[in-house]
Amino acid sequence: MERTAVKHKTGFWDVVKSLGSGLSLTWSHFLKAGNRRTPEYVSDENYFKQKDGLVTLKYPYEAIPVPDNGRYRLHNEIDDCIVCDLCAKVCPVNCITIESVKATEDIGTTSDGTKKRLYAPTFDIDMAKCCYCGLCTTVCPTDCLTMTPVYDFSEVDIKNMVYHFTDLTPEQAEEKKQMFAKQQEEMAAAKAAALAARKSNK
Amino acid sequence: MLAFLLTLMLLLGIVIVLAYAERKVAAFMQDRMGPTEAGPYGSLQAVLDVLKLLQKEDIVPAAADKKLFKLAPILIFAAVFAGFAVIPFAPSIVPAGIGIGVFYLLAIISLDVVGLLMAGWGSNNKYAMLGAMRSVAQIVSYEIPAGLAILSAVMICQSLDFQEISYQQGALMNQFPGMEYDMNWLFGIRELGINTTTIGGITTWNIFRAPMLLVAFVIYFIASLAESNRAPFDIPEAESELVAGFHVEYSGFRFAVLFLAEYSMMVLVSLVAVVLFLGSWNTPLPNIGPVSLAYWTTGTVGELSGILWGVFWLLSKTFVLLFLQLQVRWTYPRLRVDQLMHLCWKVLTPIALGVVLLAGLWRLLMI
Repeated sequence: MERTAVKHKTGFWDVVKSLGSGLSLTWSHFLKAGNRRTPEYVSDENYFKQKDGLVTLKYPYEAIPVPDNGRYRLHNEIDDCIVCDLCAKVCPVNCITIESVKATEDIGTTSDGTKKRLYAPTFDIDMAKCCYCGLCTTVCPTDCLTMTPVYDFSEVDIKNMVYHFTDLTPEQAEEKKQMFAKQQEEMAAAKAAALAARKSNK
Repeated sequence: MLAFLLTLMLLLGIVIVLAYAERKVAAFMQDRMGPTEAGPYGSLQAVLDVLKLLQKEDIVPAAADKKLFKLAPILIFAAVFAGFAVIPFAPSIVPAGIGIGVFYLLAIISLDVVGLLMAGWGSNNKYAMLGAMRSVAQIVSYEIPAGLAILSAVMICQSLDFQEISYQQGALMNQFPGMEYDMNWLFGIRELGINTTTIGGITTWNIFRAPMLLVAFVIYFIASLAESNRAPFDIPEAESELVAGFHVEYSGFRFAVLFLAEYSMMVLVSLVAVVLFLGSWNTPLPNIGPVSLAYWTTGTVGELSGILWGVFWLLSKTFVLLFLQLQVRWTYPRLRVDQLMHLCWKVLTPIALGVVLLAGLWRLLMI
């Protein structure tokens, strides 16, 4: 399409005409205000057909759906987590803090059959630091760390931006640590005893 | 005293509706939704805004001229509100039926300028001062074309009494004392020989009694936008450059009063336009032969039906003009100061002078 220069008209009737066309434009929008666009995803066939009417949505009550694989708030399904620490290691902004304790007994398997060997007394993700790169979800071996379609999670207090995913209370965590320490002691004692027995045999 | 209270209540009601309408109309014209939360369709938004303003702290800046600062909102509102005293709301209802109503109205509205200057000067703020200066320059300038447009209507009607002007523009003309034998002719020209005295309706509105008053009406409407500091003549407030203009330092109740005065001014200028040019409280429907639409939609003078019909027609015409004011605000960009003065002095004033001359000649034809 060839572009032509806009001619500047200054005659009285041109001005009246341009004033009138302005009024008719706002008037036509006012008349179409009865229609409202519906909150549909971009793939919906109606999405590009709603040219008239109000374009805004009542946000907290209505919202346009976001893509399924978009990068929004992280969620960790702790039951499936094997506390491998890969996510914390790959995170470019260090927003994931993980503390692990070895389990003394059998603590079951994840939903994909991987054996769980570690407890996570701390599994914190600081959403205020998160850069939404999605690397942690890529490296996660059990697919327990995912990004959800939730994007509206602002907080008044920034401390609430740190999400705690652990399923252990501090008391339970302390108990598990002591159990592990005790097991270690017992194993050390058994080892020492075995060593002593071997020495005395010689 | 009763008239005072009734007018105040009516005015507050209209202003609340107008403040809500302004937000909704603006939103719809911009494809938005406007207020939706407070009440059904956000209809309580304006009431809540006023309640919020009343709860706010009354701040007087330390460096302000305190007496002027405190007095200004009261003076501005009083000046505008006093203008309502002479507006006839129905054939038998006018708060103060004085014979020189038009003159009084022009005089009392001019007092508004003093209040604006007091507010701007008293705030001791650069923006407020600039806004007030612009506002005063604008209002004083635009009073001239507005005054000339009103003058041409007054010349056609030969009266300064709003009630008499109202009676002349309808089928009830001969019921006004002193006009028992007056007659209305189509377009005001006796030679055409079409007597519209008993036809009434839109044919006897001032813009049809004397067609040049249509031009006068347009001039008055443009000038009234400037006088009430409405867009596209809102350089005194110009949010993007002067924050809020002369009322930038006001908060709480004082701001509420200024806000009320601003919207009251819009209502007042629209009422005056309706009374002077658009047939006042008269019905737009004419009597056509045996179908006397005009009488059916006028009621009986002095009785409740007459009052209700009168108020209904007056307010509905006023709301049409108010809607136009809102639409103009959301359609046209703001004028520059030089464009504003150019429009006033080089366009509107000469045309208004021409209309006044023509109105004088027309009056000679009408006799």
